[in-house]
Amino acid sequence: MVGTTVSETLDQGGEILVAPPTEVAAGRSAAMDEDFDKLESVISVRGLDFFYGKEQALFGNHLEIKKNRVTAVIGPSGCGKSTHIRTYNRIYELYRDHKATGEVMFGGRNVLSSGTDLLDLRRRIGMIFQKPSPFPMTVFDNVAYGLRQHYKMNKAELADRVEDALKRSALWEEVKHKLGEPGIALSGGQQQRLCIARCIASEPDVVLMDEPCSAIDPVATAKIEELINALKANYTIVIVTHNMQQAARVSDYTAFFYEGYIVEVGPTTQIFSNPQQKQTEDYITGRFS
Amino acid sequence: MSTLDIDVRPQAGPPRGAAKAAPRGHRRFGDPVFRVVALVCGLSVAIAMFTLAGVLIYNSWTAISELGLSFLTTVAWSPNGGSYGALAALAGTAMTTVVAMVIAVPLALVIALLLTELVPPRVARVIGTGIEMLAAIPSIIFGMWGLFVLVPFMQERVAPLVMDSWLGELPLLRPGPMFQGGGFSILTAGLVLAVMVLPFITAFSRDVLLMVPRVTKEAGYGMGSTTWEVLHKISLRYALSGIVGATFIGLGRALGETMAVAYLVGGSFLSVPQSLFDPGTTIASLIALQFNEATTKLDISALIYMGLILFAITMVFQVLAQIWLRRARRTTGGRA
Repeated sequence: MVGTTVSETLDQGGEILVAPPTEVAAGRSAAMDEDFDKLESVISVRGLDFFYGKEQALFGNHLEIKKNRVTAVIGPSGCGKSTHIRTYNRIYELYRDHKATGEVMFGGRNVLSSGTDLLDLRRRIGMIFQKPSPFPMTVFDNVAYGLRQHYKMNKAELADRVEDALKRSALWEEVKHKLGEPGIALSGGQQQRLCIARCIASEPDVVLMDEPCSAIDPVATAKIEELINALKANYTIVIVTHNMQQAARVSDYTAFFYEGYIVEVGPTTQIFSNPQQKQTEDYITGRFS
Repeated sequence: MSTLDIDVRPQAGPPRGAAKAAPRGHRRFGDPVFRVVALVCGLSVAIAMFTLAGVLIYNSWTAISELGLSFLTTVAWSPNGGSYGALAALAGTAMTTVVAMVIAVPLALVIALLLTELVPPRVARVIGTGIEMLAAIPSIIFGMWGLFVLVPFMQERVAPLVMDSWLGELPLLRPGPMFQGGGFSILTAGLVLAVMVLPFITAFSRDVLLMVPRVTKEAGYGMGSTTWEVLHKISLRYALSGIVGATFIGLGRALGETMAVAYLVGGSFLSVPQSLFDPGTTIASLIALQFNEATTKLDISALIYMGLILFAITMVFQVLAQIWLRRARRTTGGRA
């Protein structure tokens, strides 16, 4: 199941996605039973528009990201999934003429407003990218990167925190003898978990994952999905994925994007079993991709 | 957009009759032939290297057997006075090169970072092209610029300013016995060398910095790093080996640069410069200036001996660079 790609799904016809494996059923019931509106929102997106130069990529997005839940962002290529989450930590600003307007409320303020402390924002909203992106330094220094940058601490405490982050990223056993080796020497899946360790070491509130498994193999993907399940106890996670089964497996809530609009948001099981919108249904049944 | 990006229409192929055409049997000889050609080309580089070293050793043998290693510790080059020494030239080479690298490397790095990270791409392209053009200017032009502009400037402005202040008391700035006013000096030659190697180091460094993956930089900013932190903790480290390579290309050029330096360094073959404002000489410029004066077999042989030393020095630096790079790569995992 893990290794099945979207295109294989398409080949099999239209109904696979509604027959999820058992562990999803557990996640599903949790989301089904709770009242979405009563959960605490960590991020509230209201009327978010995004422009690449003159071209508008997002149109009036509204989305609530709930605390300690995994929210999946799905939709066809180019629909604005990544663009959307890249506004949360304002990473889009690295590029000229990328512009966002509207509200992304986080910690009581609009992060898009000019007074935002970007360094602190990006500590509190960490990000994992499509391709594993270890820094050109040792495994230890990678994980210690954010800690050294944001906190003052002595060596012993630093080592403790690094070990802790690696353990919580389910990587410690594999790298405890390789802390002095370059991060780049690890396998692709390990590199991605290293990036997750690096991210959670500096104690973020939210972890954004932009297709974190698209560049790694199925076994490594399964490990990362397991990790996501474990991490949501302490962190709020937003994951962009083009793999609908992955969304079904790991997320509590799902937002379906289409051509820059958020078409439908709801408990993941509902989105996959009983979508309210025609476009959502077409997408999840594989009528387009 | 909403469909798979695969063109499933029948593809236009060769006309049906084509299958009956004669098979292209000679096709399969391509790879072996190319392998041989590549091998020959590759070997020729190594052969050229060894031949060069061999010729240098052979032709300098008279001097090597007569002067031995004391050639390296004898100061003055004065064949008429019976003194064959390379030390003055070695010291001058070291001093001009150090001056050039100390100025050029940091400046080149800053410019390269500016071009890759801080200015808009269009501006970067214009400046980058300018720098590449600078790299293409023949060295004699730099020599003339140094002669007509920099020498008078150093002599009339800089040297008096330094000599009259407390700076003139510092070692390396206090004029030595050979002081001639500071125009033709180690410092002038070093400055011109810096200008000459700057475009090389800048252009190479920029190229390797451009190879730092976008996602790695984004990850840096995503961790809450400032631009400065991303630049020096991530980009520079990632590009480190390439930048060291660029530095060594610059170093090689500075060590071997002949004419521009010969114009400006003062041509003082007899003593080790005591000050940056003293005149001196370098190995390459000494060889160039003294070849016409060389009359005896020993004169010529000693000059070639000097060339052999320069050859050896550049080799040693290359090897050291490689060793250092390998070590750096082991701990940082940077590429390029």
